[in-house]
Amino acid sequence: MLTAILIMSGLALVIGVILGFAAIQFKAEENPLVDKIDAILPQTQCGQCGFPGCRPYAEAISRGEADINRCPPGGDEGIHRLADLLGMDAKPLGDGQAQAKAKSVAVIDEQRCIGCTLCLQACPVDAIVGAAKQMHTVIAKQCTGCELCVAPCPVECITMEALTEDITQWKWTYPRYDIKNSALSTDR
Amino acid sequence: MRTLFTFHGGIHPPQHKTLSTRTPVAHAPLPSLLIVPLRQHIGAAAKPRVRPGDPVLKGQRIGDADGAVSAAVHAPTSGRVVAVEPRPVAHPSGLPDTCAVIAPDGEERWIAHAPLDYLALPPSAVLTHLRDSGVVGLGGAVFPTHIKLNPGDGAIHTLVINGAECEPWITSDDMLMRERAAGIVRGIHIIRYLLDPTETVIGVEDNKPEAIAAMKAACDGHPIEVAAIPTLYPTGGEKQLIKVLTGKEVPSGGRAYQIGVICMNVATAYTVHRAIDHGEPVISRIVTVTGDVQSPRNAEILLGTPLKDVLALAGGALPGVERYLMGGPMMGLELSTTEIPVVKSSNCFIAVSARHFPPPPPALPCIRCTRCASACPVGLRPYELYWFARGNNFGKAQEYSLFDCIECGGCDYVCPSHIPLVQYYRFAKSEIWAQEKDKKAADEARQHHEFRQFRLEREKAEKANKHAKAAAGAPASGDKKAAIQAAVARAQAKKSAITPKNTDNLPPQAQEAIAAIDARRGQPHDASTSPLSGADQEQETTKPAVTHQETGEER
Repeated sequence: MLTAILIMSGLALVIGVILGFAAIQFKAEENPLVDKIDAILPQTQCGQCGFPGCRPYAEAISRGEADINRCPPGGDEGIHRLADLLGMDAKPLGDGQAQAKAKSVAVIDEQRCIGCTLCLQACPVDAIVGAAKQMHTVIAKQCTGCELCVAPCPVECITMEALTEDITQWKWTYPRYDIKNSALSTDR
Repeated sequence: MRTLFTFHGGIHPPQHKTLSTRTPVAHAPLPSLLIVPLRQHIGAAAKPRVRPGDPVLKGQRIGDADGAVSAAVHAPTSGRVVAVEPRPVAHPSGLPDTCAVIAPDGEERWIAHAPLDYLALPPSAVLTHLRDSGVVGLGGAVFPTHIKLNPGDGAIHTLVINGAECEPWITSDDMLMRERAAGIVRGIHIIRYLLDPTETVIGVEDNKPEAIAAMKAACDGHPIEVAAIPTLYPTGGEKQLIKVLTGKEVPSGGRAYQIGVICMNVATAYTVHRAIDHGEPVISRIVTVTGDVQSPRNAEILLGTPLKDVLALAGGALPGVERYLMGGPMMGLELSTTEIPVVKSSNCFIAVSARHFPPPPPALPCIRCTRCASACPVGLRPYELYWFARGNNFGKAQEYSLFDCIECGGCDYVCPSHIPLVQYYRFAKSEIWAQEKDKKAADEARQHHEFRQFRLEREKAEKANKHAKAAAGAPASGDKKAAIQAAVARAQAKKSAITPKNTDNLPPQAQEAIAAIDARRGQPHDASTSPLSGADQEQETTKPAVTHQETGEER
């Protein structure tokens, strides 16, 4: 009896020490789920989800405070991937949420720009270059198409232009053919 | 005699090659307009160096290699640049791409060019010359040759010259070997000088006995072996030909140079010879015009010649032709118009009618017969890839080595259900590439955003720091007030010292108007009561200055 108690408490002690050590040594700095969710989000930082950027939204999802269908730039595919990750059912984009649009970039009409720097302060990814009273321009490659610079512009010189498809970004489409009809036509 | 090896799978489609080898290679007349695409190679499009209206000479460089993987583009004849604009080009999308449009003047005046004494130059200078001569792999992949010939540290022991030309209908390499074997051998010597391989072997399929005889005669006395290899599609694939000739297999996802082998097409070797021994850039190539045309043949055609002029050379398309292919029937791509120009990768044009190319029977469901797997020259499981691509399960497709697929079309050819398998693989590959690109863009955006957050925090901290310092070191408020008062007094004294004031010498009417305005404002127009009197106003006036400074720092 006594041996059993000693063995059990000894074991408990050893395991407790190991666990305590592991808890300190391998402590997760941040919720690793946030990183995984953040990796799926499109990083437009547009705030259309109601959070000030993709990471805050990822944090809210991980805490269960936000739904997964609030990211229009991610589209249906993004929702599906979030649903897969979190073991939830995919659902359509939430009501009141803008619909997914084709990717576009901001273009500044340089003739009209007055150099007020307001768009510089609005851009979440520093994709606009310019200085006070100097013409501004958008680095198209870095622009995420979040549209946050459009509203602050006092002279309405920023427009969103959809990216046109060219040879370098063209994709093969999904092959389409109607199996059922073609099978019927060969039977005859 | 060399021991030959075999690769897995392969098919025997009908050849149709003798149609176009009956007549010698013709020289095409000058077309009325040349459309020279600036993207004729893998990698970045050439940077245009001509503008509309510029006169150009034959062989003049009109596009510079732009970036690491790129090659130059040249004017195929003398004339005038009419436009540099997007035009339809040979691409599966049918989308236009930037082309230099040249109106020939018919004089064919060459730009000054001279042979390059490559033996006296370091290899890097020879490679640069090849890049600026626009030499790219003419076997179909159009990979810039100067990169291929610079494999880095790995020593190359075998140089394989690809004269297999395994795809049906195409005979341009066959005719080149028959008629210009000596030039090819010269090119091989230059490549050998750059790579220094221990052995060199030319692989030619045994359905081209004339070409084999011509190459053997030209290689007599040179350390170059000509190997007749069994006719089997796709022996002309780089990895397949290396396997057949050396028994070595290029590892999955790897490149040939990693196993000490470099494979070059015969036509590429010929253009290397023209570029070095004659100083001529790549401005033309031998093209097979076949299928349902009046007289199928091969012709040396200037790059940029529209397809309609190419067809005219072969007597025009026969009635019933529905569409045109560039390349062979297995891997070729369909052209949307006959305005599409000849490019470096155009080895063949086929006029397609129902006579030789009956429309494919309707596709039926996959019955998992695995015939595709026995035909696959790479040893993949096409039926699994099809399943994954169809289900958008791209990760799984990649696990099953989707990217080792060479899109040869062998699986399509044997499929009893006539499923367009290769289309699914192309779809899956381009989806994966697009996803990777999006992911990279998202990662960059995340980095930019995180840096911005960090910068804003840092600026806030710096500002707080500065304000704290200023508050600590500021003079007592009484001193400050006195200093301001003194400054105001100085300014007033200065202002009142100015005589006459600019309002003093005005006509009475203007004086009255000023007085009326001042009355409306409710304060007399006098410098002595300047708004700068009092601590409250002082704060108000300095405030905008601070915000201005802030915006300045936000930049």
